[in-house]
Amino acid sequence: MTRLEQLAPWRTRPVRPPESGISRRRSLWSRLHLDPWLLALLLILMGGGLLVLYSASGQRLPVVQAQATRFAVALAVMVMLARLSPATLMRWSPLAYGGGLAMLVAVEIMGDVGMGAQRWLVIPGVMRFQPSEMMKLAMPMMIAAYLCRRPLPPSWRDLLICGLLLGLPVLLIARQPDLGTSLLVACAGLFVVLLAGLSWRFILAMGALAAAALPLLWMNMHNYQRQRVLTFLNPESDPLGSGWNIIQSTTAIGSGGLTGKGWLEGTQSQLEFLPERHTDFIVAVLGEEFGLVGMVTILLLYLLIIGRGLWLANTAQDSFGRLLAGSIILTFFIYLFVNVGMVSGILPVVGVPLPLVSYGGTSSVTLMAGFGILMAIQAHRRLLPR
Amino acid sequence: MSGAAQDAASRRRRAQSQPLDGGRFLLVLGLVLLAMALLAGRVVYLQVIDRHFLQNQGDARTLRVEPIPAHRGMITDRHGEPLAISTPVVSLWANPQELPEDPIQRLGLARALGWEPDALDERLERYASREFMYLRRQVTPAEAQRILDLEVPGVYGRDEYKRYYPAGEVAAQLVGVTDVDDQGQEGVELAFNGYLTGTPGQRRVLKDRRGRLVRDLALLREQRPGGTLALSIDQRLQYMAYRELKAAVTEHEAQGGVLVMLDARTGEVLAMANQPSYNPNNRAGLDPRGLRNQAIVDVFEPGSVMKPLAMAAILSSGEVTRDTVVDTSPGWMRIDRFTIRDIRNYGELDLSGILEKSSNIGMSRLALELEPDAIADQYRRLGLGQSPETGFPGEATGRLPAPVRWSRSERAALAYGYGLSTSALQLASAYTAIANDGVRLPPSLLRLDEPPVGEPAIDPEVADTLLELLESSVGAYSGGRRAQVEGYRVGGKTGTVRKTGADGYRENAYRSVFAGVAPISDPRIVTVVMIDQPSAGDFYGGAVAAPVFSRVTGNALRLLDVPPDAEP
Repeated sequence: MTRLEQLAPWRTRPVRPPESGISRRRSLWSRLHLDPWLLALLLILMGGGLLVLYSASGQRLPVVQAQATRFAVALAVMVMLARLSPATLMRWSPLAYGGGLAMLVAVEIMGDVGMGAQRWLVIPGVMRFQPSEMMKLAMPMMIAAYLCRRPLPPSWRDLLICGLLLGLPVLLIARQPDLGTSLLVACAGLFVVLLAGLSWRFILAMGALAAAALPLLWMNMHNYQRQRVLTFLNPESDPLGSGWNIIQSTTAIGSGGLTGKGWLEGTQSQLEFLPERHTDFIVAVLGEEFGLVGMVTILLLYLLIIGRGLWLANTAQDSFGRLLAGSIILTFFIYLFVNVGMVSGILPVVGVPLPLVSYGGTSSVTLMAGFGILMAIQAHRRLLPR
Repeated sequence: MSGAAQDAASRRRRAQSQPLDGGRFLLVLGLVLLAMALLAGRVVYLQVIDRHFLQNQGDARTLRVEPIPAHRGMITDRHGEPLAISTPVVSLWANPQELPEDPIQRLGLARALGWEPDALDERLERYASREFMYLRRQVTPAEAQRILDLEVPGVYGRDEYKRYYPAGEVAAQLVGVTDVDDQGQEGVELAFNGYLTGTPGQRRVLKDRRGRLVRDLALLREQRPGGTLALSIDQRLQYMAYRELKAAVTEHEAQGGVLVMLDARTGEVLAMANQPSYNPNNRAGLDPRGLRNQAIVDVFEPGSVMKPLAMAAILSSGEVTRDTVVDTSPGWMRIDRFTIRDIRNYGELDLSGILEKSSNIGMSRLALELEPDAIADQYRRLGLGQSPETGFPGEATGRLPAPVRWSRSERAALAYGYGLSTSALQLASAYTAIANDGVRLPPSLLRLDEPPVGEPAIDPEVADTLLELLESSVGAYSGGRRAQVEGYRVGGKTGTVRKTGADGYRENAYRSVFAGVAPISDPRIVTVVMIDQPSAGDFYGGAVAAPVFSRVTGNALRLLDVPPDAEP
């Protein structure tokens, strides 16, 4: 083997095996390093999301246009990231992670306060930037890059190092405070560790430890966060205050019934009874206007995306690719689960948007960047059979 | 990293199990599917099992049943001229919880309302914990729109109706007024409130979170406007009567006055004027005395105007004719412990003489010849001491004594109109018996489609005689001569009654009364005029009330196109 092959075996162009002509031909998609199935599913989701957003924003076209623009940017980012080779990603992982961590510290020291939380880093006149978003990708990249060089399953020492890599940014984000994002960042890192192969006993032990740590967590929570948990347990305790959101969103979803009230016809959402209707609670608009049919459709759509993503992760041929791809798609799943679970009242209210449907720029770009990485891992497979 | 180390690591990797291999992949997929099933299950629970409850909850937030204000019925005169009409107005209200803190917006609102900025703040402070306060009530729709156009959050308009009274003070006491909530408070507005009030409609509407109406969904019940009420009064006569009454009250510096004009054939009230009065369209600073419809709710001692009615009993006895002569010398007489006087000694008088001179002694002598309760019975048949049953709120019954044993002084007093009380309306109704061939007509405030069934109260021939006697009592040499009307034969009787105070009859405080019928050949109207306590110049009924009767009756007969019946 040449040195190049050792460093990056996927860079070598193998001779095409003659017997598998069609499947191995370099299609347009593979030249673009994109996965057509995943891309198609994502485009359907985004298109449908824009339709729901038009209704949820109170039929304000500028909102939809802004979101569509962000989708365009997000798609461009995805295409660009898909061109990067996993080796490059791996090489950049420590840089991205280190940079993200530095910026989180900067936010902690001199960040901009918005919506009652210190989340934004402002480069005056240029942009406002949320370093925690970047951490959503930098975190799994870093841990995957670390773990893939270590023997698997990871040793205790490796786990400890991973715990440190994970804990520091998550704590910094949680301090902003931004529970939703810190949860997602933590999940992204944890999934890498989990996929790297933890023994069942270890997972169970950690679960027990986490349960034991709950009171500690409770004591360290902000009042509004505690209130959210209490409200989740009993929304009717404060129906006009903190329980309002959850009561309104379950009412909106339930009143949609089987077939919904029709696009733009939802009374709870259109008449402003539903709070945050075009951001975190957008799925309630969908549930009200399209009913069970719409809800099942969108859940199926997500399931297909997640399934495709998992399959891509499963077919990745090296540890880094598998760990990173698996983490990205599972984090995407966590987005969905936490958001729909919160809006439908089976999880406490945590500020997690519905991926690629909720209004909001940064998260769509991060998510699509994640899918770009996923496709890069897929497209740069070695074409030799395992 | 050296090539050898890389190589070793690579080999080691290949030797180990790949992450996310078969078993773990399936496990992750299984967990994902499980979680998705959990979400789907929750959604199914909400949208299928809990659907009806949540749909009701959703409707409870957005669906409202709104009242549609119903138009209050119009009150008109007998010819359909409006006396009370409802016009659409807007009441502006605010939800203090929603009003903006922004001082500029508040200032703009206060200015639009025509308030001082402090006034709005003070009011807001008072209503700080409420969710409703009126800003201004019953402004014109155009002005309300101007304020609503400011789009201050929390400011709303409510459609209402406001009552407007075209006749103003002229018919104020009769028509009455409504309160700010469109409910009758006085007069006919109160008496017939149920008929005039419409039934509000209901509609189902969609409202958003801030209570703004988004869409009309369904009309649940159409609103039914109230009925139109046609009063019996004739607006032309009412205006004319009011003008004359007011002029007389002013001229004589009287405390007040009443005028009632009845249709002599139907008992309908053609005019009913009161002084003092008030403007029902602007009730700021009104005199509460002006609210009273004195013609119906206040009674007074009628005095000499009762003499023709007492003569009905006297003539009915059969012992007396109009030519019977009574000696009234020496101008005074004692009955029991009272002394009754005439103005002077009139000597011998026949019945028309007694009326012309208004002789108390003549009336007393004749009355004492009758059965003790003959005159009281006659009065009762004429409706005195009984409710006139017009339905007007607070209508007076008056007092007619009915002792077990009549004293002579009581019998005599009754004959010249003391010792009883009556309202002007009752008095006028009693006179319809003379004008209408002895049949008394119950008074009506509403226009009648057909004449009512009256009560025979006087023998028709006696009624004819009384008509002639009434005409002669306004003859050229009588005290009532100033009641005469050019071109028409009229009849009537004056009265000058001492007012009573806390200690009995008062010095120098009189009521000037006149009750009359016209025209004599075929009576059409009965008019009663009472001027309360005239204090400038004369106070005699013949000098104060009779001229009012003359002018009002003359004008009325001409307005009613009654052909003149007097010999030129």
